[in-house]
Amino acid sequence: MLEAIGIESVEHLFAGIPEPLRLRRLLDIPRALTEPELMRFFRGAAARNATDYASFLGAGVYRHHIPVIIDALISRSEFYTAYTPYQAEIAQGTLQAIFEFQTYMTQLTGLDVANASLYDGSTGLGEAVLMAHRITKRSRFLIAKSVHPEYRTVIVTYARNLGIEIQLIDYTENGQVDIAAVGKAMDHTIAAVVVQSPNFFGTIEDNSEIAAIAHRSGALSIVNVCEAMSLGILKPPQGADIISGEGQSLGVPMSFGGPHVGFLATREEFVRQLPGRLVGMGEDQHGRRAFVLTLSTREQHIRREKATSNICTNQSLCALICAIYLATVGPKGLRETAEQNIQKTHYAVQQIRARTRHSILFSGPRFNEFVVQMKDDYASRAQRFMRNRIIPGLHIAKFYPELGNSLLVCVTETTSRDQIDAFVKGLE
Amino acid sequence: MTNENARTSSHFQINELLVFEEGSPGRRAFDLPALDIPAIPVTEIVSPGLLRDDVAGMPELGEVDVVRHFTRLSTWNYHIDLGLYPLGSCTMKYNPKINELVARLDGFSMAHPYMPAELTQGALEVQKMLETCLAEISGMDAVTLQPAAGAHGELTGILMIRAYHESKGRSRRIVLIPDSAHGTNPASVTISGYEVQNIPSTPGGTVDIDRLRAIVNDDVAAIMVTNPNTLGIFESDIAEVCEIMHSRGALVYMDGANLNAMMGITRPGDFGIDVLHINLHKTFTTPHGGGGPGSGPVAVKKILEPFLPIPVVSLKSGGSYVFDHDRPQTIGRMKAFNGQFGMHVRALCYILANGPDGLKEVSEMAVLNANYIRAKLSDAYELPYDAPTLHEVVFSDKLQAHFGVHVGDIGKRLMDYGFHPPTVSFPLIVPGAIMIEPTETESRQELDAFIKAMLAIAKEAESNPELVKTAPHTTRISRVNEAAAARRPILRWTPELGESLS
Repeated sequence: MLEAIGIESVEHLFAGIPEPLRLRRLLDIPRALTEPELMRFFRGAAARNATDYASFLGAGVYRHHIPVIIDALISRSEFYTAYTPYQAEIAQGTLQAIFEFQTYMTQLTGLDVANASLYDGSTGLGEAVLMAHRITKRSRFLIAKSVHPEYRTVIVTYARNLGIEIQLIDYTENGQVDIAAVGKAMDHTIAAVVVQSPNFFGTIEDNSEIAAIAHRSGALSIVNVCEAMSLGILKPPQGADIISGEGQSLGVPMSFGGPHVGFLATREEFVRQLPGRLVGMGEDQHGRRAFVLTLSTREQHIRREKATSNICTNQSLCALICAIYLATVGPKGLRETAEQNIQKTHYAVQQIRARTRHSILFSGPRFNEFVVQMKDDYASRAQRFMRNRIIPGLHIAKFYPELGNSLLVCVTETTSRDQIDAFVKGLE
Repeated sequence: MTNENARTSSHFQINELLVFEEGSPGRRAFDLPALDIPAIPVTEIVSPGLLRDDVAGMPELGEVDVVRHFTRLSTWNYHIDLGLYPLGSCTMKYNPKINELVARLDGFSMAHPYMPAELTQGALEVQKMLETCLAEISGMDAVTLQPAAGAHGELTGILMIRAYHESKGRSRRIVLIPDSAHGTNPASVTISGYEVQNIPSTPGGTVDIDRLRAIVNDDVAAIMVTNPNTLGIFESDIAEVCEIMHSRGALVYMDGANLNAMMGITRPGDFGIDVLHINLHKTFTTPHGGGGPGSGPVAVKKILEPFLPIPVVSLKSGGSYVFDHDRPQTIGRMKAFNGQFGMHVRALCYILANGPDGLKEVSEMAVLNANYIRAKLSDAYELPYDAPTLHEVVFSDKLQAHFGVHVGDIGKRLMDYGFHPPTVSFPLIVPGAIMIEPTETESRQELDAFIKAMLAIAKEAESNPELVKTAPHTTRISRVNEAAAARRPILRWTPELGESLS
């Protein structure tokens, strides 16, 4: 090969790099490991993460059963080692699967169009805010305090340099958005009202009135859905113009926070303001059904600085997971799973009320999370929980100091009665 | 339509409807364990007004239906395990299988991001170790693994630059971008609230130093360079570019898309770069997944460290790792939790499998392979810039355009020969660009087969241009009418659509 190129050594290939810039030592990283050594190393590291605890953590990442066929199918290298499907003739598998994902997301959200997925729920919500900013040409947003606190921080990071102003809307004693406060804060300078349902406390919001208030002032209604499983049994947020959410619950491993998958759905009229990729159905030269990336004039590789977003990629493989998950569970399995979340959560709430002296905050309807406000010191109790191999939920004082000594607790279909009972006993 | 040079042969592919057109009521692929608590009617827990009926339009399928549906779809894809995937700038290299195994270990895949730190030391250790390796490879001081993809990393980097200037009380407005840059660069700048000023390249394809010196003033926040640039050329004046920027208080961002050309050879930190993003799905073999998940860690010099997004993985004095949120100058969060962790595990596995010698050899072989293709094809295809190139080579379709054959056609015809097309029509500064990046993982045999196909297509462009212009002829579908698809976009299946098609 060197001869074909007409050089004597590989070193000559780098002649274009000025000598003072060359690294004349080896990189200071660990020496190469063989396959058995790699397996030993990573098994060791994985073993330093606990897997044998009963966990009541949720807060945006949920433990649901992942059907075995998902991993078998996404492990096909045809899916996971393919690139973005820019060359439609040899990427119909990915393209059709994404089209199916988009369709499933419109079915779950009740909206007209959904994109090919975004990095995750939090960045998706950031994109939803920027989208509303473009559509309304307004810069003020009302954001519910009960939206996931980390999602809110992402919005602030995204919006800070674009002249976007954020006003937080408080929650009421039932855990829902203070609708009167929305009404009071609403005027013709507001771009959108952003709420989450089920919200960070697990409380289900009724968005219809919020959307109506927004629409009367020409503002949009954005709803974030962190727990996509809820859409299997709850009505999709009513009146929303944009529904943004996290699809992790639909078959994606928790994986210490990522990769997960964001979805973004909206009304037909706003499709050209949607960020991210879109797959459309069309025809090839012979009139056969074919799928293709479409409306790319919105995107950065065509529009550069005038694009709707800087996003280049989606989370294709995770979107594929969601499509396989939904195909596997079907409408019945999805509803039954979602219902078990409601049932078991309700059981846990009842047990805590009956058997402990702690308060369950917020009286509004819940899906699979709730807040327990503890009457005593948390630290010693936490230690006891850990000794009993229970992760009792998320202590949310750092996000909501006003709620004091409170735990956000999540119960899913995978939580057994024994685990719930042991958890309740730990609270006694 | 095909010829003796092609390595493709026909094989049956099974037609398959959309999942929504399949199934029948009562089919199931999934059973839930019976409820182990006393059940009460759900309407007594949540008011019926909040509940929906079964999601309309969702099909009911058996397990084998689901498996066959997605397996059939999968066979319609080209993929790296099937053959060379020479997309320039995308670095489509083989993805080692062990990456997949280690990322799926329960301790990683089942970890919740809010687990107490003492229960996730393994995950934090993986993140810290990857950060340390990436800092050494890039010659930088600190790394955040939070960004979800390359473009997300760009945004992170530009926001940090902005926060840095603001901390010095400077309100600068402009970011300079060479005209050869990726489209994400200007788009990332715009959503950071900065303005883009494009700077033209020299006839040699590199940044115009004199022009740069004349342009830079106190209103310029940074320059975004790609090095090696998108033509595959190392910016030999890069140290001077950095000096010019620094002398005016401006910073240098590097798009690290092309890091595969320089591991162990030269380091961005050593030539003056202040911040760069690294695409784990390019250089570090995390799979592209059909378009994500990616992962775009950002590496910075000390001066930018205070602005890193939160949380930062830090090592406590007792030797344990924690997420540090107490960072008063942080730009905030780019994403909930801390990045595409599953990709971090894979990337670290790749780095550890290669070690210092291995990574250097990766870059050497990547550059060797690209130059071999360059040498073998430069008689048949025009080389618009003749400067030495590293890991990729950019030709143009000028010679073939003479016969009415354009870059897109050449790419499509390659499919008939059993290859994925190269990157076409990018970088924008080369009309009819054909951008080829073979990567180090290809054997000489595979490269020769590709070269043979490219040479055959160059001949066909002269002798039978129509054959090339109507390609591909052997794929499952022919070219898609993209304009029609965009004019009346159909973005989801509906029952009405099903009726209109039947």
